[in-house]
Amino acid sequence: MPRTSAKTSAKTNDRQDPIQLLTPQGEAVSDARLPFDPADVDLPALYRDMVLTRRLDTEAIALQRQGELGLWPSLFGQEAAQIGAARALLPSDMVFPTYREHGVAWCRGLDPASLLGLFRGTTLGGWDPRDVNFNLYTLVIGAQTLHAVGYAMGIVRDPVGPAVSAASTAAASAVLATPATPAAPAAPAVLAFLGDGALSEGETNEAFIWATTQSLPVVFFCQNNQWAISAPYSVQSTVPVAQRAAGFGLPGIRVDGNDVLACLAATRRALHTARTGGGPTLIEAFTYRRNAHTTADDASRYRETAEEKEWAAKDPLARLHAHLVATGAADSAYSAYFAEIEAEAQTFAEGLRARCRALPEPDPSLPFEHTYAEMTPELSRQLAEHRAHLASLQEISGPSGERA
Amino acid sequence: MTTTTLAGAINDGLRHALTTDPAVLLLGEDIGRLGGVFRVTDGLCADFGTSRVVDTPLGEAGIVGTAVGLAMRGYRPVCEIQFDGFVYPAVNQIISQLAKYRHRSGGRIAMPVVIRIPYGGGIGSIEHHSESPEAYFAHTPGLKVVTCATPDDAFNMIGQAIASDDPVIFLEPKRRYWTKGEVSGAPALDLHRARTVRTGSDLTLVAYGPLVAPALETARIAGEEGHSVEVIDLRSLAPLDTDTVMASVLRTGRLVVTHEASRTHGIGAEIAARVQEEAFYALEAPVLRVTGYDTPYPPSRLEEDWLPGVDRMLAAVDRSLAH
Ligand SMILES: Cc1ncc(C[n+]2csc(CCOP(=O)(O)OP(=O)(O)O)c2C)c(N)n1
Repeated sequence: MPRTSAKTSAKTNDRQDPIQLLTPQGEAVSDARLPFDPADVDLPALYRDMVLTRRLDTEAIALQRQGELGLWPSLFGQEAAQIGAARALLPSDMVFPTYREHGVAWCRGLDPASLLGLFRGTTLGGWDPRDVNFNLYTLVIGAQTLHAVGYAMGIVRDPVGPAVSAASTAAASAVLATPATPAAPAAPAVLAFLGDGALSEGETNEAFIWATTQSLPVVFFCQNNQWAISAPYSVQSTVPVAQRAAGFGLPGIRVDGNDVLACLAATRRALHTARTGGGPTLIEAFTYRRNAHTTADDASRYRETAEEKEWAAKDPLARLHAHLVATGAADSAYSAYFAEIEAEAQTFAEGLRARCRALPEPDPSLPFEHTYAEMTPELSRQLAEHRAHLASLQEISGPSGERA
Repeated sequence: MTTTTLAGAINDGLRHALTTDPAVLLLGEDIGRLGGVFRVTDGLCADFGTSRVVDTPLGEAGIVGTAVGLAMRGYRPVCEIQFDGFVYPAVNQIISQLAKYRHRSGGRIAMPVVIRIPYGGGIGSIEHHSESPEAYFAHTPGLKVVTCATPDDAFNMIGQAIASDDPVIFLEPKRRYWTKGEVSGAPALDLHRARTVRTGSDLTLVAYGPLVAPALETARIAGEEGHSVEVIDLRSLAPLDTDTVMASVLRTGRLVVTHEASRTHGIGAEIAARVQEEAFYALEAPVLRVTGYDTPYPPSRLEEDWLPGVDRMLAAVDRSLAH
């Protein structure tokens, strides 16, 4: 068999041109592959989400630089993908994030300060995943995709879950766009986030197989930010992410990940398909990670500034801003509206800073208490030993806690 | 004689192996252009090319599974797992395939594969970035498990591990990566021998990897208080050099074993068992362990106190001597 030539793959790439509903200049356009009515969304609210999310990110980076956080994975450049995907969710849907979904967390109503604890080293979790249907961050690449599948299996087994049948699958796949608020209380769906690098893990591929063969109500939302630390996407695959879906038997859809409307429309459609028994979808949001992988990484070692500049020109906030200005959609007095959001972001950042510093220090007994449902006799002994050790340190060094 | 960091010494050792043996190749995530997240492979891709220093897709099972196939084809792959907590997706390949291949093939097929893992705590990281998985591997027949504590050992041991015809789990104590020391060029100690790093007559303190330095500090302080503590760096956890430990305990009559990994079913338990089997009548006190607790690594703000350090080692020395 002849090898796939570069030409063929370029052609495939063309066919998989990301769907765009908002151009980098801020012009609303339509695409037959993803019918969408802009009247269905609150554009100024999306803009506010994106501004506040970016501010959260900037503030967290500053806190890391000041030594208040050990590490921070920045979402800079991925705001449209995250806000678009998250605003397609219903409260009853469950989200399985990676470690970078700060914008999704924001949209779920999670207290942003609780995101910081993991990176400050005060906690390994920081919130109850059931409170806002947002799972704990998962640092091990790909693992959460299987959790999402299992959760979806639970949904279809629930007495209140939808009956999944071949007929409803066919019906649902005909549905293109859905209104913002469905009339009837909907069955929950699951939204799992993953990076492009995560597609190479065996577990992710297992998740696709389970989700498709059982036609589960799960949407895989891949932010293809084109880098897995220093590895460009070409290290993971020779075909676009969305195209890989076909081999597993689930629809793959490729959207411009810097276009909040395309991300929202695609996710809304996929979630609707999922909750009406139509099975899983893999969404590829083609975007760019504008900062280094984390604050511990040095991107200048592996990528060109020209590429970074190119993507700066496609900034997701700038394009929605341009659109709002051009259409006056924010308000007739849109400049006042923007100023208001800026002021809100400033107050938000100040509050976040203060609350980060005020995050409670963990008690030394915490790891012992939460290793098992009930502390084992051996662990009780070890905790006593540990407390005695800490007390002896106090004796040596005095109450200030300074180590000798 | 050159002075370098432990990370630099491993880099030198890898460079030496790549230069002298065309069958050696490196596999791992971000090891090429980036030089690895700890820069252990810095510059090697530039000098040896992408077919010898391979930036792999993001899949640990893939890294080790392909190494098995490469080894069958006569290569000597050196895999890098980015962090201890990310080795688990590869554990199926390591335990079921890599470790058993020689045995399954009736001795016909060797698996000269090295798996380098930055391991242990003490750098204030987030979860999955500080783990001490040595006992899982040491409990697996067919695997060799070693760890270094000094640049000199790091340089020599990585070379010996690559030269080994058995699979070697090469644990790099990440909090010692920046420790400087001399690489002597003197003949290296055998890969699986323990080293007595400080002699003493009152008590034997056994450590390895990240805890060798605090063990030496413990011995120094105990020395000031008039107690003569012998410190042994195990270096190899599988196979274990029990001869060196036993000879020491027969002289001192007291033994304290320390590791960061959790206590139960750990390396310390194995050493304590062997010593009581073979040197019971020489013991003047029970064998004591100073270890991580039986919990997952805690959030980093609790880590410093959770990890065993000089204070807890000194307390154990006192307890042993009080018998
Ligand atoms: C199983 C596993 N292996 C390695 C790592 C180290 N690591 C953390 S993030 C990362 C890159 C992830 O890339 P991608 O999936 O594209 O997500 P992104 O960080 O770009 O959002 C790697 C290799 C990990 N966290 N988990």
